[in-house]
Amino acid sequence: MDLLNAFVALANFVLIPGIAYGSQLALGALGVTLVYGILRFSNFAHGDTMAFGTMVVILLTWGLQVLGVSFGPLPTALLALPLGIAITALVMLGTDRVVYRYYRMKKADPIIVVMASLGVMFIMNGIVRLIIGPDDQNFADGARFVINAADWRAMTGLSEALTLRTSTVITIVTAGLSVWALFWFLNKTRTGKSMRAFSDNEDLALLSGINPERVVRVTWIIVAALTVIAGTLYGLDKSFKPFTYFQLLLPFFAAAIVGGLGNPLGAIAGGFVIAFSEVGVTYAWKKVLGHALPDALEPEGLVQLLSTDYKFAVSFAILLIVLLFKPTGLFQGKSV
Amino acid sequence: MTDRIKTPLLFAGVALLILLTGVLQSWNSALVILNMGLISAIMALGVNLQWGFAGLFNTGIMGFVALGGLATVLVTAAPVPGVTTGQALAVLGALALGAGVIVAAILMWQHLRRARGLAVTVTLIAGFFLFRAVFDPAVALIEANNPASAGNIGGLGLPALWAWPVGGMLAAGAAWVIGKTALGLRSDYLAIATLGIAEIVIAVLKNEDWLARGVKNMIGLPRPWPVPLEVDLQQDPGFIAQAAGLGLDTTTASTLWVQLIYAVLFAIVLAILFWLVERARHSPWGRLMRAIRDNEVAASAMGKNVTARHLQVFVLGSAIVGIAGAMMTSLDGQLTPGSYQPLRFTFLVWVMVIVGGSGNNWGAVLGGFLIWFLWVQVEPLGNLLMQAITTGMTDSPLKTHLIDSAAHMRLFTMGLLLLLVLRFSPRGLIPEK
Repeated sequence: MDLLNAFVALANFVLIPGIAYGSQLALGALGVTLVYGILRFSNFAHGDTMAFGTMVVILLTWGLQVLGVSFGPLPTALLALPLGIAITALVMLGTDRVVYRYYRMKKADPIIVVMASLGVMFIMNGIVRLIIGPDDQNFADGARFVINAADWRAMTGLSEALTLRTSTVITIVTAGLSVWALFWFLNKTRTGKSMRAFSDNEDLALLSGINPERVVRVTWIIVAALTVIAGTLYGLDKSFKPFTYFQLLLPFFAAAIVGGLGNPLGAIAGGFVIAFSEVGVTYAWKKVLGHALPDALEPEGLVQLLSTDYKFAVSFAILLIVLLFKPTGLFQGKSV
Repeated sequence: MTDRIKTPLLFAGVALLILLTGVLQSWNSALVILNMGLISAIMALGVNLQWGFAGLFNTGIMGFVALGGLATVLVTAAPVPGVTTGQALAVLGALALGAGVIVAAILMWQHLRRARGLAVTVTLIAGFFLFRAVFDPAVALIEANNPASAGNIGGLGLPALWAWPVGGMLAAGAAWVIGKTALGLRSDYLAIATLGIAEIVIAVLKNEDWLARGVKNMIGLPRPWPVPLEVDLQQDPGFIAQAAGLGLDTTTASTLWVQLIYAVLFAIVLAILFWLVERARHSPWGRLMRAIRDNEVAASAMGKNVTARHLQVFVLGSAIVGIAGAMMTSLDGQLTPGSYQPLRFTFLVWVMVIVGGSGNNWGAVLGGFLIWFLWVQVEPLGNLLMQAITTGMTDSPLKTHLIDSAAHMRLFTMGLLLLLVLRFSPRGLIPEK
């Protein structure tokens, strides 16, 4: 029995990856939930818009690398992020103008708008594949580790290593800052308050003189920022592949619904619920249990509940459970 | 132009396109397009039942198609030598056990009064480990059996025509589970849940090697009853003489004949399903469906059980899609899980229904044929376009990139087509009456 090593292994393989993945999911789910709260439809194009935004950031990063610009130990992609957000925001505003605005004016059934978003999703997907191709792209540079395995062992003398990758630290810090900025905006600024008012009660908000088109525009810009940040962090942490980004749609929706669609705080909680369930269910617990249990009880198998190929089944199962027992989500979203 | 003239004209137009393919390219490609067109038309009928009749948005068509394909494998494939009945029963028993645990958990949730959360959790966790304890060794034995050419549980070796209704039933079962959870809530929830189930069905097909060999693919599935093998035809003296009488060489004639028999077979299935669906549309049930679609609140105020009717129509529509999926796997003679792409199976069928005319069965069938034809023929056009764009360029990475990207033009064109039709002609080519 060696609880310290067990904890280090747990932190290295479950806690830290779970927090990083959870932050990425939370940012993505925040985008889904904001669109749902303000524009009142489930945006199926979210995953592919994320792929688009990340692609822009990757292209800009490559451009900066060619120019010889670097960000020291941090990845160059962070420098490219603001411009990437701006370009994606313009594209999203354009999409809204060309596609969604018509249905909003017509007060179309939400399901028609969802279908339109499916069309947007495929166009985005097509554009991304046309420009950057369907393959994996790796664009992380700078220092790879904050703490690597050898340093850790030298530092602590433990047999289990705790590695801390730069991308993980950046993910957690950036996600924290973004969420803080979002909540500050929603709660303290006039525009943010008008957004929340619009989300709570559209008619009342219109009566009190809030300009709905302005609210919608601001929403798209915020969603663009969240989406591009989420996509870039995910790409830095793992890798960029258009199809993976499309598949992230399911965990995003699951996270947003678990927390309560339309509720930003819920989206963050939902993101972490999904991330930890996914990592926990697909992680092979042999190592941790081997340290934590007395030798006699040491497990023989891998103690992996589900193969990693089924990680989407985890989000799906959680989604079904929430829909069955608490369709409004943990934090009372506006849905149903 | 009235619908009486417009509908036959549109169908004649599509027939002409397919005939032109026969004259200009080859009769074989025309028949191949026709056969997949028939299958697409059946899928479109199923989706039209869900969307056109009831306004249900199913984004998991791919999953139901794949379940149909799985049925074909399990029903028609030859039994695998080396897999004992005991092993097969152990796997089936484990699956039944898993299902039993879930049912038990549901019953507990419904009937227990105190500590039901705890009871359900304990049942589910204990049930999961029990399931794995039975399931894992059985699967390991089956997968260890000659993994290079088998390693799967094998099929029943029954005639392929039996597999089609079974495919429908498998799809209907999955649809029931999804519908039971997601219907009755917001309309987008069904879309999200079906999107998930489709991804999971494909993941299961890819990873469960014991089931249908996973990504190692199942090949050489038997043909449905009246369809002969080309090899047999080529050795049949009567057939050789007939082919010579028509001035065709034996190989071409045998391929054409096989495709033609498939076409007749599929056309019969389409006709039967079409008749059923059309009867349903004109029945009180069909009118009720449309009443619910147009105003749920009013319908439920009239005492109609909206959620139950939605579940019914969702299951029926998915069953039709499952039948089409089983037919497609019979036609291909193989199941390749890697080839199931959401774009090809979910999205394309949507475009068929929307373009053809949602709510109108003739429209759905027309859309099935037309969009399939375009899907097949747009790719060479995309290639030509890219070639034309890049002719002036010197050989560079950009040029090869552009030419390689031609395949992705399909995504873009189909997305654009959907948005345009949705915006400017939401009722489609043959609108609902």
